[in-house]
Amino acid sequence: MKKNKIFEDIVHGIFLLLGLITVGCVVIITVYLIISGLPAIKEIGLVNFLFGKKWASTAADPKFGILPFILTSIYGTAGAIIIGVPIGFFTAVYLSKIANSKVRAVMESAVNLLAGIPSVVYGLVGMLVLVPAIRKIFKVPDGASLLAAIIVLAIMILPNIIKVSITSLDAVPIEYEDASYALGASPIETFFKVSVPSAKSGIAAAVVLGVGRAIGEAMAVMMVAGNVANMPSLFQSVRFLTTAVASEMAYSSPGSLQRNALFSIALVLYMFIMLINAALNFFLKRDKEK
Amino acid sequence: MKKIIRLLTVMLLLLSVLAGCNKPNGEEEKGTVATDGSTSMSKVIGALGEAFELETGITVTYNATGSGAGIAAVLEGRCDIGLASRGLKQEEKDKGLVGTVLAYDGIAIIVNPENPINDLDLETIAKIYTGEITNWKEVGGDDAEIVVIGREAGSGTRDGFEDITKTKDKCLYRQELTSTGDVITTVGSNSAAIGYASLASVKESVKALTVGGVKASEENIKNGSYVVQRPFVLVTKKDVKLSESAQKFFDYMTSEKVRDIISGTGVVPAN
Repeated sequence: MKKNKIFEDIVHGIFLLLGLITVGCVVIITVYLIISGLPAIKEIGLVNFLFGKKWASTAADPKFGILPFILTSIYGTAGAIIIGVPIGFFTAVYLSKIANSKVRAVMESAVNLLAGIPSVVYGLVGMLVLVPAIRKIFKVPDGASLLAAIIVLAIMILPNIIKVSITSLDAVPIEYEDASYALGASPIETFFKVSVPSAKSGIAAAVVLGVGRAIGEAMAVMMVAGNVANMPSLFQSVRFLTTAVASEMAYSSPGSLQRNALFSIALVLYMFIMLINAALNFFLKRDKEK
Repeated sequence: MKKIIRLLTVMLLLLSVLAGCNKPNGEEEKGTVATDGSTSMSKVIGALGEAFELETGITVTYNATGSGAGIAAVLEGRCDIGLASRGLKQEEKDKGLVGTVLAYDGIAIIVNPENPINDLDLETIAKIYTGEITNWKEVGGDDAEIVVIGREAGSGTRDGFEDITKTKDKCLYRQELTSTGDVITTVGSNSAAIGYASLASVKESVKALTVGGVKASEENIKNGSYVVQRPFVLVTKKDVKLSESAQKFFDYMTSEKVRDIISGTGVVPAN
């Protein structure tokens, strides 16, 4: 008996240790980001940094305003949500409620495959197919633009939205739907007036997850957005918060204000992600409490 | 009891794996030289490293991170020799770094093969990049808006290009891409685009312009008549002695017998 107890304790200890690795990583990253992100903000000034419209980090008279990046990230994510959510949501309703099992199996594996495609592949296809297509269709001199980034992001967030929405739609008790049928509602009425409202927390969580993925994506966006620090406009080349960090980090010299400012951008991005996570927790909790 | 033993064995195995990662790099591990830096130098370092390994059995590792990161790596002692595709800045020299020029790299001005333009002079190129000239017809080409492609801030190629054309901080880019390959791909797929890339990486999919009538060729870079060129620099610390194998590699790279290997990669040897 005693031996068993010791064994249990040891195993508990090991599991606790392994669990703490994750917590430790988060803590280290947070502390590191704050420590390395604050000096530049202090030097540049919070208002100048967040609301400055010009970014010229290597100029003789450097400017470190990240408003273009913040707005681009917000616009880009919003655009991706506007395109991606309707497609993802209706796909999820169809797969969960309407499609027969064969169709569902095929489409679900396609969605899973889409989720597994590395972002650099999205970027590559975007760069070689989407960007020239935008140039031809809209008759603009160059297709690398906010629009290209929005389209790529919209496709990238589809699997997140579809999978999480399906899970929550599947979890709606069959009795709810049966009751609705018994009252004479048609299937479509039932889906949209009974099933979807019951699953709305899960669907909201799906959207928030999509936002998180879109705002955090760097590689694919870097390859199609053109990366110039312009104020966002649909057919202009733009730079996101993520790509601002990624594109200049490799060449910035350590300890310079440029490098520190990149850490500050990462810190701002991290704040965004934290807000999104808080929103996600809020929706999931509400789901549980119900 | 058996379970505990099994668990302990697993833990031990895991620990040994971790210990493996922890091997001290640098001095004690004889037979490797770590280089780190400029992505543009991958070809030349790859070729030199391979030949050196064949000759001496010492392995050369190369980490393609970018000039700034390579310089940082030397400074922090994370590699033996840093690689920069630009001259060292004064603030970097002040930190005790020394640069030794290995070779000169020509920066080719590239356009889409469909573009009828074959030659631009340095001044016109500067005007295009600063936005004074915005349409190809102003320089005798088709009626199409010029799409100016460049590299990200801090890139050695961009630094080199803007230095040479005297367009520092004045360039109006339509796209700032993060690798030479991206620039070539983009220019290759847009008939109105102009870009710059190291001569060594220029491919068939784009057309390299002559600058002021001078072709971007090795010979012209060597004799200085092709003006758009920049140095490939080996970065070391002034007061820190290189490990034996690193010193060997350094001497090897700067010796005259490797001229052919260096020029074989499309750049012009300095020694």
